[in-house]
Amino acid sequence: MVFLYGLIYIIIAPLAGGIIAGLDRKISARMQGRCGPPLLQPFYDVVKLFSKEVLVVNRAQNFFIMFFFIFMVVTGALFFSGGDILLVTFAFTLASIFLVVGAYSTNSPYSSVGAERELLQMMAYEPMVLLTAVGFYQVAGSFNVRDIMAAHVPAVVYLPGVFLGYVFILTIKLRKSPFDLSTSHHGHQEIVKGITTEFTGATLAFVEMAHWYESILLLGFIFIFFSWNSAVSIPVAIFACIIIYFLEILIDNVFARVKWELVLKTSWILGATLAFINIIVITMI
Amino acid sequence: MSYFMKKSPWIMHYDGSSCNGCDIEVLACLTPLYDVERFGVINTGNPKHADILLVTGSVNEQNSPVLQQLYEQMPKPKVVVAIGICATSGGIFAECYNVKGGVNNVLPVDIYVSGCAARPEAIIDGVVQAVDLLEKKRLEIKDLKKRKADDTSEGTK
Repeated sequence: MVFLYGLIYIIIAPLAGGIIAGLDRKISARMQGRCGPPLLQPFYDVVKLFSKEVLVVNRAQNFFIMFFFIFMVVTGALFFSGGDILLVTFAFTLASIFLVVGAYSTNSPYSSVGAERELLQMMAYEPMVLLTAVGFYQVAGSFNVRDIMAAHVPAVVYLPGVFLGYVFILTIKLRKSPFDLSTSHHGHQEIVKGITTEFTGATLAFVEMAHWYESILLLGFIFIFFSWNSAVSIPVAIFACIIIYFLEILIDNVFARVKWELVLKTSWILGATLAFINIIVITMI
Repeated sequence: MSYFMKKSPWIMHYDGSSCNGCDIEVLACLTPLYDVERFGVINTGNPKHADILLVTGSVNEQNSPVLQQLYEQMPKPKVVVAIGICATSGGIFAECYNVKGGVNNVLPVDIYVSGCAARPEAIIDGVVQAVDLLEKKRLEIKDLKKRKADDTSEGTK
């Protein structure tokens, strides 16, 4: 049964993630007064990328990207099969490290700048991700996702500070505008395409698909903040995920990009105040 | 497969020695009025992600190696679209001492979009034709690969 949930994630997540990415582009376009691409556009892009030539600077780069993809899938499967949230956090970090190493291995200046920025972003969000796991442990008395979801009261009631801190770093993890330093999406091209500059064809398609898996996993974290031991919790938690994702799209369209110093400062200060104080209070109670 | 190739043309825009008129019209295609993203067009700015190279302005001695390099970095299949009269033939700059002429002096241009400056409608039409050509080129590459594979398998016999 446990493995079944993992398997369901492996099959469903890329479909759901792709549709979320399509909705994201559509809603962004509407916010800018445009019509926007079709809902299935991310799938068109990925299938096209598979039929393109793969240009390689360094043969190792595709190897690293494959591992980025595999670890992302494994991380999500671990999470959705109700595994250890601490292990999920570490496997997640390892996956991101493979992307950084892949970008560094190409020796391209744009790719290197992107990889450096990605490392800075990781430095910014990683403490908060760990604090989230610690917060869940304080509430549920276990690191297992299964136990966290079986609580009598949703975790967000005890962990409002941790939740806000997590939503803040979610913007970094989803590569949304104020903190989108490393990939430099669509319009902005000051470092060409940052960390993905040197990846072409099928390799880029795997990076895209890894992002679909990633966004579902990140929304999974939001889900367990709102789930408790009841059938009602599922629609409530899904509704919370939808609201949070919509908020992320809004933030993406409203804010201009900031420098890395601000990313690091704000996420650490928020982590240290909101989340840390929240956890201390929980421990005292 | 052909359906997906046509649905997702990613473009890269290179400004040769344009007067900026055609560049503004290219960017106008991305604005809410024309919104080419509804056809899946993305302005990537990265040759390694691009399918279609849009060149505005004539080619001069200084930018021709840059243009060549950008073209070589694009993964196949790829299409070059020359936008405006300057990119087509050099236009009013053709006689200048440093100008080589149209883009076809440096790259194999597939589609010419006329105008000075080219209208956004004309540019979109050019891109639509480029998309069809892209699909044709993809099939050609596939054919070539198949023929090569057949040749080698016959050779081993």
